Amino acid sequence: MLTERMDPETLEFDVRTDEMLINMGPQHPSTHGVLRLVLRTDGEIVTEVTPHIGYLHRCAEKIGENLTPRQFLPYTDRLDYLAAMNMNLGWSLAVEKLLGIRVSEKTRHLRVVIAELNRIANHLVAAGCYGLDLGSFTPFTWTFREREKILNLFEEVCGARLTYSYITPGGVTADLPPGWLDRCEAFLKQFEPVIGDLHAILTNNKIFIERTAGVGVLTPAMALDYGVTGPNLRGSGVDWDLRRDGEPIYTEMYEGYTWRIIAPVNGRYPDDHPYPAIPKEAVVGDSWHRYFVRMLEVVQSMDLIRQGMEKYLRAAGEVDKPIDVKKKLPKGEAYLETEAPKGQMGFMIIGDGSPIPWRVRLRSSSFCNLSVMGQLCRGVLVADVPSIGGSLDLVLGEIDR
Amino acid sequence: MNAEAIRDRLHQPFGPWLVGSDFAAIDPWIEVRSEGLSEIGRYLREDPDLAFDMLHCITAVDYFQPDEKKAAQVEWQPHVELIYHLSSTVHHHRLVLKARLPRWKDDKPGQMPEAPTVSNVWSTAEWHEREVFDLMGVRFVGNRDMRRILCPEDWVGHPLRKDYEMPTEYHGIQAR
Repeated sequence: MLTERMDPETLEFDVRTDEMLINMGPQHPSTHGVLRLVLRTDGEIVTEVTPHIGYLHRCAEKIGENLTPRQFLPYTDRLDYLAAMNMNLGWSLAVEKLLGIRVSEKTRHLRVVIAELNRIANHLVAAGCYGLDLGSFTPFTWTFREREKILNLFEEVCGARLTYSYITPGGVTADLPPGWLDRCEAFLKQFEPVIGDLHAILTNNKIFIERTAGVGVLTPAMALDYGVTGPNLRGSGVDWDLRRDGEPIYTEMYEGYTWRIIAPVNGRYPDDHPYPAIPKEAVVGDSWHRYFVRMLEVVQSMDLIRQGMEKYLRAAGEVDKPIDVKKKLPKGEAYLETEAPKGQMGFMIIGDGSPIPWRVRLRSSSFCNLSVMGQLCRGVLVADVPSIGGSLDLVLGEIDR
Repeated sequence: MNAEAIRDRLHQPFGPWLVGSDFAAIDPWIEVRSEGLSEIGRYLREDPDLAFDMLHCITAVDYFQPDEKKAAQVEWQPHVELIYHLSSTVHHHRLVLKARLPRWKDDKPGQMPEAPTVSNVWSTAEWHEREVFDLMGVRFVGNRDMRRILCPEDWVGHPLRKDYEMPTEYHGIQAR
């Protein structure tokens, strides 16, 4: 079996050792939470990886069947707790789709600003922890320092630093506090040069490139087959982003914004940027490209935030208030996916005429992104397993639900 | 292609398997007989005009009302429904595919219903079907790894079934 799959030279044919099962996790720092991987190894070569999940399972879908949509909102915070605003947004839009609500223009622009700001925070954690997994400590401290400033901005908006419950079905809990936009702009201004620093210390780092370029190559066909979405799919060169390709209730938020999907099509990224060139070792779809897509999306989100703040200021009227806690849901089914930072997060809500949904379904992006791990890790070195796992940017709160 | 055009397209090869549709719903859907899921799935994926290359999600819904008073008011007969959300990155169209299963296989309580797998069409279905099995108890015939995925392997019952009762204890841990 093994010889069919792999080059005999890399297999170290002559020093074949006994097969060994190695347990990695659920308390391993580079599994980003309580993920357990069982590796079947032959010397340094991993022949099989079996993920075991469910350590954080609390059956959020069942909880959703016992609460009204607004009562369920805090539970969505705890799915992807690194991007809770995006989870709130996905749930709110799904509920609004079922109820047939269209929020005001001002609310939409406010939501864009908040969601993109959380995307930056998420990608900072992803990039920082990824560097940490591969032995580079400094960028981790820098990204967390910058993320802290975003959390401060969110704290001003809604009082919470991680579990916001800010974007709610029907609108948002409160308008922005006075002077917030100026403080947000001040943050973006001071943050801009930090991205260059991160590229200098991490993206261009020889060791980092060696550990990521050409490792864990995910082909577009395999990515689609396994339902891989988000930056992981775009890193494979697939030009697909729900902010453009999603359903109207979601894409209308981004109407009038100037932006382009970041994916390496024909080996190059769409916009000219001052950041490092693609190293010659990198292959489209490898860990390096997944990381780089995120770094470019940070810049893109900054641009979207600036556009959103301007549009928010120009939009007339007030921001919308949340729906009533006990508002009755019509009979019907609504499914909606949004482009969360980690991939396409889907929410489904089935109403039966009462205020409490008959069924709630959560389609987790990280769940699908993890399912390809077994394929990607076939025949790699043991040291490449954290490199591949980290590049997928998983969060277990969302996988286990 | 909209759902209506897709239904017409499927009519030629799979007419007897198409049992219902609703094109006025929020998400237009087509219902098929559960035994045809695998072949219809393959056709949806491989036909160049349809090219449904992405399976987003498999949802199972338990239509069962444990409360007898309320059960007298509902319009449906007890059943389990499978819902498949598909889309095509080539043609930018979407489809919701539904299939109806009995709550119990051969109406014998305790016998879990079965459906053919689509994991040979979309690999992502392998984990989704494991999740449906874990939480709803539907067995997918042909899925090579039909184990629980989120609950522990020795867990009793399938939590998303409406008649599920949480165990009082699990390995000496008080559960409720």
